[in-house]
Amino acid sequence: MREVAVVAFAQAPSVRREDRRNEVEMLMPVVREALDACGLTKSDIGFFVSGSSDYLAGASFAFVHALDAVGAWPPIQESHVEMDGAWALYEAWVRLQHGDVDTALVYAFGKSSPGPLRELLALQLDPYVLAPLWPDAVSLAALQARTLLDAGRLTEADLAEVVRRSRRAALANPNAQLRGEPEIEALLGEPYLVSPLRRHDCPPISDGAAAVVLAAGERARSLTRRPAWIAGIDHRIEAHAIGARELAASPSTRMAAGRAGVFSGPVDVAELHAPFSHQELILREALRLDDGTQVNPSGGALAANPMMVAGLIRIGEAARRVTDGGVRRAVAHATSGPCLQQNLVCVLEGRGSA
Amino acid sequence: MSGDPVRSIRTPIALEYRYTPGLASSRFLRAVAEGRLIGQRCPVCRKVYIPTRGSCPTDGVPTEEEVELPDRGTVTTFCVVNVPFAGHAIEMPYVAASIQLDGADIAFQHLLQEIAADQVRIGMRVQAVWKPPDEWGPSLENIRHFRPLTEPS
Repeated sequence: MREVAVVAFAQAPSVRREDRRNEVEMLMPVVREALDACGLTKSDIGFFVSGSSDYLAGASFAFVHALDAVGAWPPIQESHVEMDGAWALYEAWVRLQHGDVDTALVYAFGKSSPGPLRELLALQLDPYVLAPLWPDAVSLAALQARTLLDAGRLTEADLAEVVRRSRRAALANPNAQLRGEPEIEALLGEPYLVSPLRRHDCPPISDGAAAVVLAAGERARSLTRRPAWIAGIDHRIEAHAIGARELAASPSTRMAAGRAGVFSGPVDVAELHAPFSHQELILREALRLDDGTQVNPSGGALAANPMMVAGLIRIGEAARRVTDGGVRRAVAHATSGPCLQQNLVCVLEGRGSA
Repeated sequence: MSGDPVRSIRTPIALEYRYTPGLASSRFLRAVAEGRLIGQRCPVCRKVYIPTRGSCPTDGVPTEEEVELPDRGTVTTFCVVNVPFAGHAIEMPYVAASIQLDGADIAFQHLLQEIAADQVRIGMRVQAVWKPPDEWGPSLENIRHFRPLTEPS
C-alpha cells in the first residue's frame, strides 16, 4: 500500500442556521484555509472529491454547484459521493493508491437546517414498506436506545454521562455548537423528546463545512512537519431493513475496525461519529475502547452534527491531534444511515518524535 | 395463495425547504427589486458574472467587486419552444434565449418576444421590457421579456 497522510484540515464553525451564506459561500473559505495550511494551491491538487446530499439542499445536482468553491478550470479530476465526506476521503485514499497523483482535496458541506431533517432522513429507508410510514430519525434512534435499556446494557444515567462529557469537552472546541457543564441530575430531569431519548441525547441540527488535504509518501513529508498517516481505513455496511439488524451492537464497526488495524495497538484518542448518546456506548464496545482512550475530545456529534460533514470532521479532529504532536495513534469513525447502519474506521498515526 | 402482482404503489412525498440564496444572490435580487442589474467581477480572471452567485466557477475565489450592467445585450443562442408546459400562458411558439448583457461575460436565459420566432438570430441586439415598477419584487420576472433593440450602429 502507498503511504497516505492527512496534511491539512479546516472546518467552518457549526451553527444552527446559516441563513446568510449559501453552501458555496460557506465552503470557499474552508477550502482556502485547508490549502493555505499546507501551502498548496488548486493547481497542485491531483484529485478533488466531495461529500454532500442533494436532499439536504432540496435541489438536484447541488453538489455540482459546489464545484464553484474550488474552480474547475482548467478541467480537474473530480468525483462526488452522496455520503458523508469521510467516504469521499476513502475514495481519495483509493485514488492516491493508483500512484499517478500525490495530492487530493476532500471537502464536505451540509446545511441541515433548510428542510425538515427528521422527516427528510426517512427517505433513506426502504421506499416501499418503511419510508411511507415516515419513521423519523429520532424515533428510529430511540428504538435502538430502548433495545439497549431493555437488555440491561445501560441506564439513562449512562446516556446523561455521555452528554455531560460531550458538553464539557466542547468547551475547548470553538467550532462546536453546544457546550457547557450540565449536571447529571439536571439532564435526567429533562422531559423525553422521544422516549427514552431526551433532547440532549440527540444531535443538534447543524450547518457546516470541512475540508481535508491528503498527500502521499514524500509529498506528505514535504508539506507538513508531522503528517497524520492513514495506517488503516475500511468501511462496512449492514442490512437496509432495520428489522433485520441487531441494533444493540455494531458488527459493521467491529469488522471495519479489525480490517483497519484498530486492535493491533493502543488507541490514544478516538473521535467517534455518534449522533445519539447511546451510540457512543455501542461504538466504544465495537472498537474495544477502554479508559486508556480519550473519546471525543472535540465534543463529538452531540456538540455539532452538520450532516454529511460530521464524519469527515472526526477524521480531521483526530488527525489534528496527531499532527500537533500530542498523540501517536488515533482512531476516527464515521457513520451513515439510520442507527449506525454503515460505518467507516480510520487509524491515524504520527511517526518519529513529536 | 396468489393474486395479481402488485405493479405499482403510490407513496406521496412532500418536503418544505427554507431556501437561502446567499450573500451574492441576495444582493443581486435586492438590486433587481429596484430595477437594477448587478454583476460581479472575478478578481483573478476579471470576468463579470450575472446573476451573481458569489464565486468565480473558474478560479474558485469570491467575487466581491460589483458592476452595474445595462438592460441591453446580445443573443448568444436560442431555441424555439413548440411544446406547451402546464401552467404556461405564453402563446406558442415562443423563443427562450441566452442573452449576454453588455459588459457581462456570461449569458442568462430569458424570454424573447415582440418578434416572430423565425426572425430570431444569434447576435441579435435585444433590450429588456420591464414590468411597471409597482409590480417589482426580488425576481428576474421583473423583466417581462426581452425585445429586439433598434439602435444606431
